[in-house]
Amino acid sequence: MYPSRFAYEAPTSLAEAIAILDRNGGEAKILAGGQSLVPMLKLRFAAPGTLVDINNIPGLSDHWLDKDGTLHIGALVRHEDLEFSTIIADSHPTIAAAAELVADPIVRTRGTFVGSVCHADPQGDWAATMVASGGQIIAQGPNGRRAIDVREFVLGPFTNALAYNEIAVEAVIPAATGTAKGGYLKLERRVGDFATASVAVNLDMHGDTVHRAGCALAGVGGRTIDANDAINGALKGKALTPENVEAAADAVAAMAEPRSDHRGSADYKRHIVKTFVSRILTNIANSEQKAA
Amino acid sequence: MTSLYNEVAADPGADVPTRRVSISVNGEKRTVDVEPRLLLAHLLRQGLGLTGTHTGCDTTNCGACTVLFDGRPIKSCTMLAVQADGHEVETVEGLASASELHPIQEGFKECHGLQCGYCTPGMMMATKALLEKNPDPTEDEVRWALSGNLCRCTGYQNIVKSVLWAAEKMRGDEGEEA
Ligand SMILES: Cc1cc2nc3c(=O)[nH]c(=O)nc-3n(C[C@H](O)[C@H](O)[C@H](O)COP(=O)(O)OP(=O)(O)OC[C@H]3O[C@@H](n4cnc5c(N)ncnc54)[C@H](O)[C@@H]3O)c2cc1C
Ligand code: FES
Ligand code: FES
Repeated sequence: MYPSRFAYEAPTSLAEAIAILDRNGGEAKILAGGQSLVPMLKLRFAAPGTLVDINNIPGLSDHWLDKDGTLHIGALVRHEDLEFSTIIADSHPTIAAAAELVADPIVRTRGTFVGSVCHADPQGDWAATMVASGGQIIAQGPNGRRAIDVREFVLGPFTNALAYNEIAVEAVIPAATGTAKGGYLKLERRVGDFATASVAVNLDMHGDTVHRAGCALAGVGGRTIDANDAINGALKGKALTPENVEAAADAVAAMAEPRSDHRGSADYKRHIVKTFVSRILTNIANSEQKAA
Repeated sequence: MTSLYNEVAADPGADVPTRRVSISVNGEKRTVDVEPRLLLAHLLRQGLGLTGTHTGCDTTNCGACTVLFDGRPIKSCTMLAVQADGHEVETVEGLASASELHPIQEGFKECHGLQCGYCTPGMMMATKALLEKNPDPTEDEVRWALSGNLCRCTGYQNIVKSVLWAAEKMRGDEGEEA
């Protein structure tokens, strides 16, 4: 298999890349890690007139923490850069936990965090971590930059809020105001398979009280499911007691919209969601006790 | 040299826009005119005659097409040849010297790490990337690093043994040199 013909551009600056997108009026597509786009080109699910390869643009490959702990992830940060990151384990545990569960080790050397969020696959892992963590995408176009809340960025399956002449240049994920806690659990049939069900949980703890809780689900609906209100309603201002954990797990599981398919029945998937929420929260509660 | 998917063009090679790329392949600089849609796996196999890199699934799942791109493993069926311009690509042909097998190849031979051999070039390139990062991996780390490479024959046991054998040999070799 191979793609249909396209023109190939490899700009070396963002301004140049945006100008090419602008000139092509919607007929051009950005190529980042290519781990979703190239397979789609080969299957001819996508046949853009022009590919704009952003891999030669300097300054997009870093991830870093601001003084206040905000995490920035450039458009060319690969999945494995986050898997092997030495700076995010404490500040952004939800992202750190998901990194080694995205795709397989070889896909992770190329695929990008930002590209995955742009791709907006309902089963994508990174979009779920972004929703649970209150992340934003920074888009740059001919008129400058704008920040888009991820919940307004992912519009539906494989649809994002970028204009045709905008590039997602960075993901920004806020810091906890207290202590960051979180986890990511994913059930997959084998490495590299998309999620049967996965759960991202992100907590901002003030002492042993939950100041803000975030949660999102992948694989159990036609889009990334935003369960922030469900989990926050159950946990905000409370401690992670077994009763509160149980209530949170029930509230989140009620948000899932699973369908029965070859990966399992709807009931089974909902049960997995509940189990994963409670497992992540219980682990956090136990580690708090140990630390105290 | 020009490398095209010309079998599908009515008039082979007519008016197909190409780009000149320079790629270091196994340490040798190769300059080729390619059409942008040409996949790296196809450039290596059909364009450069390096048929050691296999294509199995052609859907980014199996890893048979794994090569090293600036030292990191990638699936060459999922990268455009034009993207390799100015970069270093290493294929299974780069492992052995004229007279000697690479310790990874020796390991696969010693421990029967292959049956049909289809997955083997990809397994060996993924192994090379692993051992460069982690010369003394545990069995679990080997299994994890190779989890993007599928084998339909061996059941993986002997592949894992082969990698551990190679790792030990390579550590030993370095010890002797030092
Ligand atoms: C075998 C396999 C298994 C996988 N398993 C998983 C998995 O378990 N979980 C998971 O989440 N993903 C999985 N993926 C997908 C993988 O994570 C991709 O890397 C990711 O979805 C897309 O990132 P990319 O950088 O490769 O983007 P590309 O493929 O380059 O692009 C994807 C789309 O996003 C657009 N885009 C990319 N970057 C930008 C940008 N900066 N600005 C604007 N638009 C942009 C492109 O135009 C394209 O439409 C898997 C892929 C494969 C091949
Ligand atoms: S042929 Fe490239 S991953 Fe299978
Ligand atoms: S030896 Fe046959 S596929 Fe691995």
